[in-house]
Amino acid sequence: MSDTKEITRRDFLSEITVGALGVAGLGGAALTYQYFSPNVLFEPSTTFRAGNPDLYPANSVTFLQDQQVYIVRTPDGFFAVSAVCTHLGCVTQWKPEANMIACPCHGSKFEPNGKKIEGPAPRPLPHFSVTLTADGELLVDKLQVIKADQVLKV
Amino acid sequence: MATSFQTTIENLRATRVWKSIFRRGPAITNRTRSVAVFGNLFLHWLPVKVREKSLRVRAAYYLGSLSFLLFLLLVITGVLLMFYYHPAAPNAYRDMKDLRFVVSNGVFLRNMHRIGAHLMVLLVFCHMFHVFYRGGYKPPHEFNWVIGVVLLILTLFLSYTGYLLPWDQLAFWAVTVGTNIISAMPIIGSKVRFVALGGNIVGENALLRFYVLHVVILPLLAFLFIGVHFWRVQKDGGLTVRSKDDDGKN
Repeated sequence: MSDTKEITRRDFLSEITVGALGVAGLGGAALTYQYFSPNVLFEPSTTFRAGNPDLYPANSVTFLQDQQVYIVRTPDGFFAVSAVCTHLGCVTQWKPEANMIACPCHGSKFEPNGKKIEGPAPRPLPHFSVTLTADGELLVDKLQVIKADQVLKV
Repeated sequence: MATSFQTTIENLRATRVWKSIFRRGPAITNRTRSVAVFGNLFLHWLPVKVREKSLRVRAAYYLGSLSFLLFLLLVITGVLLMFYYHPAAPNAYRDMKDLRFVVSNGVFLRNMHRIGAHLMVLLVFCHMFHVFYRGGYKPPHEFNWVIGVVLLILTLFLSYTGYLLPWDQLAFWAVTVGTNIISAMPIIGSKVRFVALGGNIVGENALLRFYVLHVVILPLLAFLFIGVHFWRVQKDGGLTVRSKDDDGKN
């Protein structure tokens, strides 16, 4: 009995109050975070149809401006490369005369397959999943990043 | 013939309205002078006695005051711009163009706000450098130095959030690049960016969020910290550490 410290009623109540306020504060912070994270977004769809494969000539890089994606056709097949620079999110440009993708903001350079040549960009441009719809059109899903060696054979 | 003026003042002081506002007699003794300072909301944070030396005018003394005056100018012109600005796409860009080309004197107000904002960032930096080189971060000014750093950050945030509001290419890419810097933070980076923008891209949610930050939250915080900053300048006895006076006192 002697080694247990006596707690007065006042101390007990004030500790309970501080604890309750702490819990309420944490809960409030969590609710505020949830409130500020939108559940519904009115942003462009991340899945889009890129048209019939015949639209793309052999050995070509085509920039789809609205989707910010390059559709690349090689002898092996199709793949889709993101046009958004991995450095700070600027939209890159395809330079056919130099056979490379270049970023106007900070000078990053990429090969047509997204591989980094030089510049501040930390990572290569990601490849997005490309599939064929039932009616034979290319379907790109920008939420599905795939390995760079995966190619859609048509 | 100063007597007629003096009697007018004395008669005015005797009126019920004057007494109800000032609740004190003329400030002619040390005690009534202190009462005059204590009893005034706008003066009560001043020390009751101020050293003549600390009131001496130097050009650099005004860097902070000019920053504050620019802040007031930006509040006034900003509130006026709000009467014509909708924080939504595509209205925002059109409203900015309207302010420049259609609204009477709109281009004048917009440029006052824009150039004033650039100037405020410049002056706040000048103020910081001046205080730094004068050793204004040393005791007893450490706390006020930290408040000043907070004000510097608030100024930069105000500048950055205002940069998006014209909703042109420059604004869009500046905020795209700037918020991508946020996602470089480890672990929480992309979540912070998502909450800051209210989405994955710089869209209408981001415009509205930046607008609310720019016109409500950041100015209120700035007012609060400016108040503490000014109060502490006086309580700490002036802007910088001073050498002792001729009488050997600090």
